[in-house]
Amino acid sequence: MSFFKDSGHLFRFAGIFVFLFLAFLVIRVFVVPKSFGEYGHYRGNAIKDMAAKPLHFAGHQACETCHTDVLDVKKTGKHAGVNCEACHGPLAAHAADPSAVVPAKLETASLCVRCHEYSAARPKTFPQVVSAQHSSGMPCETCHNPHNPLQTAGGAK
Amino acid sequence: MTMSRRHFLILLPAAAVAWESVLAGTPEQAPNYTMSEHWWGMLIDIPKCIGCGNCVRACQEENDVPDGHFRTWVERYRRSDWHLEEPQVISPDGGKEGFPSVNDDGGDYFFVPKMCNQCADSPCTQVCPVGATFIAPDGVVLVDQSYCLGCAYCVQACPYGCRYIHPTKKVADKCTLCYHRITKGLTTACCEACPTGARQLADLKNPKDPIHEFLKTHSVDVLKPQMATGAKVFYNDLDGSVR
Repeated sequence: MSFFKDSGHLFRFAGIFVFLFLAFLVIRVFVVPKSFGEYGHYRGNAIKDMAAKPLHFAGHQACETCHTDVLDVKKTGKHAGVNCEACHGPLAAHAADPSAVVPAKLETASLCVRCHEYSAARPKTFPQVVSAQHSSGMPCETCHNPHNPLQTAGGAK
Repeated sequence: MTMSRRHFLILLPAAAVAWESVLAGTPEQAPNYTMSEHWWGMLIDIPKCIGCGNCVRACQEENDVPDGHFRTWVERYRRSDWHLEEPQVISPDGGKEGFPSVNDDGGDYFFVPKMCNQCADSPCTQVCPVGATFIAPDGVVLVDQSYCLGCAYCVQACPYGCRYIHPTKKVADKCTLCYHRITKGLTTACCEACPTGARQLADLKNPKDPIHEFLKTHSVDVLKPQMATGAKVFYNDLDGSVR
């Protein structure tokens, strides 16, 4: 047994390793979030956190539940595929409480040219005007109904 | 209790099925949304993009993206006959306020909206040292901002330049494909605001999604296909000069 004669210090040393390993396991239980590893090497609840963020754009489905009159005007025209909030901006707050948040009226003179001002860079088939020549700065809604632009302004709402 | 070899072999497949369900874990709690039923991507129809910048503004408003940083942006390409390989590209403030008007100068212009490509084999998630960024089971690449250290490995790893370090939170930030919207059955803010339908959210696991028909009938490509990132943002009529 002379081989293990002075082995006591080795066992003490091994004991330290075993203790540290157990301490690691105990600390790990406390510091690793419960949902870590639920779907992969990440915190599973991070997905739920992400899904719980607030909306700013209500979505056209929400608009159309109340504004059916506008939908009727819009659906036959060239702007049928343009969603409400593309022009009116994010209005989830208005959809949540229509009386508390009333959206401002839009300035068509500056709004419409964002898309319809002539530029050779735009697709050739897209309707474009040189606004200075076309209307000399008058609001577009003087002649066009923004919800159905080929209708005259007086034709329908 | 003793068990014959015959009984053991009969029980083996049942045990395997049970073990599968143990490994899969409990299904998620959200009542109307099951992650495993979706595989999200996007379709960008370049001939329809008019460069209005609605998507960039909508994204910034929806996701509180800080000024000067972009989760999506639009580039305008100008290609001339003698410089096919080196187009001129501009993106003033990410195309947020549109682009300056140009007269017809013989150049070939087109707009390319860019965003996170939601790669199925994403380089960014592979380099994260702490498991803060990951591909969710529905194919969306997300960042767990409470876990992120801000080391910016992922910012360097993304071949498309789609990530940035948030200037105040000091953590990685990127397009979430409006995860808070698509899980509620809405489309993304950029798609909602796009007036021409140049951007369309696509669920590749939904057999009724129009993306499948579109992919069959159009010349569709992804950015940097040679990187083999498994990008899920598909571009229709993508010019070869786009990088």
